[in-house]
Formats: sequence, C-alpha cells, structure tokens
Amino acid sequence: MIYLELFLSFLQIGLFSFGGGYAALPLIQQQTIEVNGWITNQQFIDILTLSEMTPGPIAINAATFTGNTIAGIFGGIIATIGVTLPSVIIVLTLAYFYFKYQNISMVQGVIQGLRPAVVALIASAGLTIFMTAMFGHSEFPIHLSQLRIVSVVLFIVGLFLIRMYKLSPIKIIILSGIAGIIIYPFL
Amino acid sequence: MEKSNSLYFDLFKSTFFLSAFTFGGGYVIVPLMEKRFVNELKWITEDEMLDLIALGQSAPGPIAVNTSILVGYRMAGIPGALVTVLGTILPPLGIMTVLAYVYSAVSTNPIINNMLLGMQAGVAAIIVNVVYKMASRIIKQRKVIPVIVMIIALIAGIVFQVNILWLLLFAGIVGAVTTYLTLRKGSEKGDSK
Repeated sequence: MIYLELFLSFLQIGLFSFGGGYAALPLIQQQTIEVNGWITNQQFIDILTLSEMTPGPIAINAATFTGNTIAGIFGGIIATIGVTLPSVIIVLTLAYFYFKYQNISMVQGVIQGLRPAVVALIASAGLTIFMTAMFGHSEFPIHLSQLRIVSVVLFIVGLFLIRMYKLSPIKIIILSGIAGIIIYPFL
Repeated sequence: MEKSNSLYFDLFKSTFFLSAFTFGGGYVIVPLMEKRFVNELKWITEDEMLDLIALGQSAPGPIAVNTSILVGYRMAGIPGALVTVLGTILPPLGIMTVLAYVYSAVSTNPIINNMLLGMQAGVAAIIVNVVYKMASRIIKQRKVIPVIVMIIALIAGIVFQVNILWLLLFAGIVGAVTTYLTLRKGSEKGDSK
C-alpha cells in the first residue's frame, strides 16, 4: 500500500529532523532514495532546487513533491500530513510542559548536543548532492571523464558570489539556471 | 462565538500569507512572524515570542511550522494550533503540487534540462556554504565535545554509512549527559551561596 508507506516514511522524516530546514535533507535522502528507491539523486536535487525557489519549508515542499511524483495528488497530501504530524504532537506536548513548568533546559541541552551530528549528516547529504551535480551520479568509482566542467565553473562562481557578495539562494539558482541554458548547448 | 471565529480567521490569514510569500525557510519566516504577532497585532509580548521560538527550535520538524503551531496554541488552544498549521502548510502544498506536474511534463525538454543542470551546480554551492557556516559556528564555540561528536558523526556517516537514527541517538545521549552535568554543577553553585 503505497499511501501507507509514504505516510510512514515522511512521518519518520518529520520525527527525526531536528534543527529545521536542512536537517531534513539527509532523512529525505535516506527514505526516498536509499530505502524506498522512489526517486533518483537527480530528482532529489531538482526537488531541492524547486524548494529553494518556492516559499515554504524544504521538508514540506519535498514531501508534497515526492508524494505527487510517486502517487499523485493524494500521495502529496498524505506525505505532507505525515511530515507535519510529529511536529504538531511534539510541539504541543512541549508547549504543555513549558507553560506548566516554565523550564525546558534539559530538552534544549539535548537539542544542542544533536546539532554537531546534524551538521555532519547535512555534510554527508551535501557530498552526495555535490557529486551528483558535478558527475551526474554519486556512486564510486568516479571517472574524471564524467566531470561536467561547466558545472564545476558554475559551482565555483556560485560559491564566490555567495561568500563575497552574500547573494541570496534564489538569485544563485536563477543565475546558474540561465547560465546553464546559455552554455550547455555549445558542448 | 463571533469573536473567536474572527480570531481563527486572523490566525489562518496571518500564517497563510506569511507562508505563501516568504522565501528562504524558517530563519526568514520566524522573524516575520515575530513582526506580525508582536508588533502589528500585539497579541504576544516580545519575551513570550522569544520563548515560543526557542520552543519551536527544540522540537523536530520545520521551524516555521513549529513556531506557527505554538502561536496558534498560545492564542486559541489546540483548535488554534490546527488552524495555524493548516495556514502554514497549505501554500507550499498547493504550489509544490502544481510544480510536480509541471516538472514531470517539462523535465525532458532540452532547454529545461540544461537549466536544471546549471541549477544543480548552484544548489551544490548553496549546500556547501550552509555546511561551512554551520560547521564553523560549532568550531567557534571552542568546546571539545561538540567538535568530537561532529567528526565522529561525519566519519561514521560517510565512510561507514551508519544509520542516521543511531548517529542522532548517540549525539542526543552525549547532549543529555553534558547538560545534566552542567545543570547539576550550576545548582551546586546555587546551593553553596
């Protein structure tokens, strides 16, 4: 039953993505690509691209998109409910205790402790994204002949513009998309 | 009854429009929520809003969703929370549903394909920058344990492909133990005064 599988997968993504936004990336990758094989690495990056360009949290965007891709509109709704449900339950429980005891320092301590691991997990997901963008796949062995030179140049220019001129993600994506349309046909 | 209906409507309208027109995720939308509910509507005090934001960051899931749930709960209990969570997720749900169909229709078009290829390089740059910023924030704290946890998780995740949940559990336990020790040390100091 695809709807149930979608629901349970995105329930896990919602339940374990601590630290907002990008923290959901490694979990989405694990559930939708590695465990279930619902989407490819390329599709995953495209979803990420579209999520960056549209309003709304990445986890919600990815849930709606993946659900739609594999099981239509209803799939999108189911996946979105799945990713949101843990938030509703846990946040309300925390709020209840907070308003009662005015103290959640233990919870905050655990969250602080999670942060370094979350960063490492995002870095790991980021490596896959980087490899796929540069080589077209992320499996080893990688051949240098597969390297997309244009992508490498766009990556370096993009990183330079972010670091030096603080360009927003949307502008970076739009610029690199335009550059892709102009440059790739000549190769 | 009339009044509470208009409260629900205001809650829905506020969260819906914030979610529909804010690009860039939680860290952008939360300050805007603060502006809307604290400065414009004056429903929540500044201090209380800061508490709600801290709470929202302590739970799993998108921070924008968590914070909107808390605002709804604070204003109108559980029905309020349901209204604000709906307001927050409906815009991305609608937009991404449309996009998913457009994508599947045009993703094989050569021009769109070249555009997406270029965009992938841009997204790679964005992610590398995000990781760099997050990692340097942890290193700058100049604390040994978080850095060690980060390195262990990095090696375990990339080289040994250890399951994400084990890594989170490990880091959570380390966080719980260090917090417990710090809190105990703090309370001992308080007692000796």
